[in-house]
Amino acid sequence: MTTAPTATRRGFAWWNDERSRALLFQALILGAVIAALAYLGRNASANLSQQGISFGFGFLDHEAGFEISPALIPYTPAASYPYAMLVGLLNTLMTAAIGIVFATLLGLAVGLLRLSGNWLVGRLALGYVELMRNTPLVLQLFVWWNVLRISAPGPRAAWQVVPGVFISNRGVALPVPAYDPGFRWVLGALVIGILAAIGLAHWAGLRRERTGQPFPTLVAALALIVLPPAAVFVALGAPFHLDMPKLGAFNFRGGVTVTPEFAALVVGLVVYTAAFIGEIVRGSIQAVSRGQSEAALALGLKRRHVLGLVVLPQAVRTMIPPLTSEYLNLTKNSTLAVAIGFADYFSVTNTILNQTGHAIEAMTLVAAVYLSLSLSLSLLMNLYNRRMALVER
Amino acid sequence: MHGLRWFGGPMAALLGLVWSGGALAGATLDGVKSRGVVTCAANTGLAGFGMPDQQGNYKGLDADTCRAVAAAVFGDAKKVKFIPTTTQQRFTVLQSGEADILTRNTTWTALRDTEQGLNFAPVTYYDGQGFMVAKKTGIKSAKELDGATICVQPGTTTELNLADYFRTNHMTFKPLVVEKLAEVENAFFSGRCDAYTTDRSGLAATRAGKASNPDDYVILPEIISKEPLAPAVRHGDDEWFDIVKWTVFAMIGAEEKGITSANVDEALKSDDPDVKRMLGVTPGIGKALHLDEKWAYNIIKQVGNYGEVFERNVGSNTPLKLDRGINALWTKGGLMYAMPFR
Repeated sequence: MTTAPTATRRGFAWWNDERSRALLFQALILGAVIAALAYLGRNASANLSQQGISFGFGFLDHEAGFEISPALIPYTPAASYPYAMLVGLLNTLMTAAIGIVFATLLGLAVGLLRLSGNWLVGRLALGYVELMRNTPLVLQLFVWWNVLRISAPGPRAAWQVVPGVFISNRGVALPVPAYDPGFRWVLGALVIGILAAIGLAHWAGLRRERTGQPFPTLVAALALIVLPPAAVFVALGAPFHLDMPKLGAFNFRGGVTVTPEFAALVVGLVVYTAAFIGEIVRGSIQAVSRGQSEAALALGLKRRHVLGLVVLPQAVRTMIPPLTSEYLNLTKNSTLAVAIGFADYFSVTNTILNQTGHAIEAMTLVAAVYLSLSLSLSLLMNLYNRRMALVER
Repeated sequence: MHGLRWFGGPMAALLGLVWSGGALAGATLDGVKSRGVVTCAANTGLAGFGMPDQQGNYKGLDADTCRAVAAAVFGDAKKVKFIPTTTQQRFTVLQSGEADILTRNTTWTALRDTEQGLNFAPVTYYDGQGFMVAKKTGIKSAKELDGATICVQPGTTTELNLADYFRTNHMTFKPLVVEKLAEVENAFFSGRCDAYTTDRSGLAATRAGKASNPDDYVILPEIISKEPLAPAVRHGDDEWFDIVKWTVFAMIGAEEKGITSANVDEALKSDDPDVKRMLGVTPGIGKALHLDEKWAYNIIKQVGNYGEVFERNVGSNTPLKLDRGINALWTKGGLMYAMPFR
């Protein structure tokens, strides 16, 4: 008969146990948060009903009634509120996409210039970074907007830069290719070409790993992407017309007009964010051990190959996480469009809020959309990060 | 932080709705008395209606409506506080209880009166929406504006009327929607827009106050909407609603009876039973409103009758140069009409 040591914990009350105490505190905090939310929610709904304000998303069925410009998809004031929000969302996505691409390119350039051996170039890049980082973005947007608006002439006196391209205080009017039914075949050929190019790149990668033979992937892939659509286009008899902007009574009609508001927003966001990205690029490059580039030089690689093949690929690993948060910032900062009259998602929803008075519902929709945008962007960047991360063995 | 302003509006509204205790009937008057001031949501700066002067004192027709309420409640028209609001913030500032009255050239509409939880007091200015263009464009009629870029503030009835007008007339336009009045005016005067649209009184105010040369701009003849501008209070407090309503009626009623800030003391000796009831010589109405019997006397003495307020702020001797038009008394062919004081 042996007694198992079951009584080792005797004398310990459960509240003296570290683990159960931690659980207890977590439960208490969770309870407090839920209680606070419930209190606020009850208070809000009581206040709303007392003032006779209806709560709910039923108002979304109403006709929007207001005009939005610019709109990427056909829109009239007879559309519903959700459709108006979609128009705003597309404007936000366009701003964010263009902004992220150009902010990355400019940021990369700024980061490299900051590391330049040339004293003047390095100082200029530093001055740019400090100026942009230390002034409020909304101020910068106003400056860009006013510069673009006031320095350009009225539409009747517009500058014609090259035939068909007009700059005025209404924006930049550009010709675009007029739509032709044949474009669908060209588009189809383009998609096939891109898929073939991806396949080719994959095959070339495998071949290089197996045999060590390089393959001119870039040239071949470009040929695959460009040539088939071009061939289809010529086969269709090259149906190419330009939709030229023409001066109407007030504005340019036809073509595409980039408004000063959109231009100010994109330029402002790009120039501002590029300063932060530049610092990330600089820091990440400096984080790559000096021995790496010395080793590459010792192996006889050319200087540009040292940067492109050895230093940057390693710097990218350090870059991705802070870069992700800059992309998120750029997307969220695009809501400042409301200050300079660009109809982004926030601006449109804000108008709807005011037309309907449904503050809580509209703000919930704003929060939900920006949260989804941020989470999707984070997800993409995290996937990329996982691909790029150092594989430790 | 400029940025906070745009997010601040909706967010403050949200927090206001979530945090503030409910307003019970009678609570507004008690709250006003305990704070010692009447708090009014005002325009950020619209000449003639609500605009701070160089000393920071709000001037204008709407500001005087607010002062009249303070005169009725406290017997002192100076006991007012103004909260400058944009078109987007104005309703939520009132709904959240931050302001007691909305006196901000706000149009009385069905949905605002119901779904948005507002109660509108009598109209203080009958307005209508119009368009302003630069004279050098040679435009004579709003019907010529097909394809134009038009500056407008968001969240206004103006924005909706504008879209309706162009739809009705099968014309197109491009809106430039900017929230802050000063920015939308800058955009128009810098030539970014072909036309600027708002209530015609607002166009006159902008032309008088912001144009480098007011004569370079014309207001087109078309009036495309009805814009009855009225003070508003929250749903659910009838006592306070009554006070604001009868403050406006007292100003109109005084003009009907020919009582001005200059002669109100003599009017106290009047034999007219209507005047005696209005001025509290025959008591009753003040008590019914839960105010001092001198309430209307104080309004007229300190702020003036409706005609005086109109002429002082927007009339022919002001930069706005608006004539009385339909804002004249009903006895003179206008729409201003006070309910009987009995």
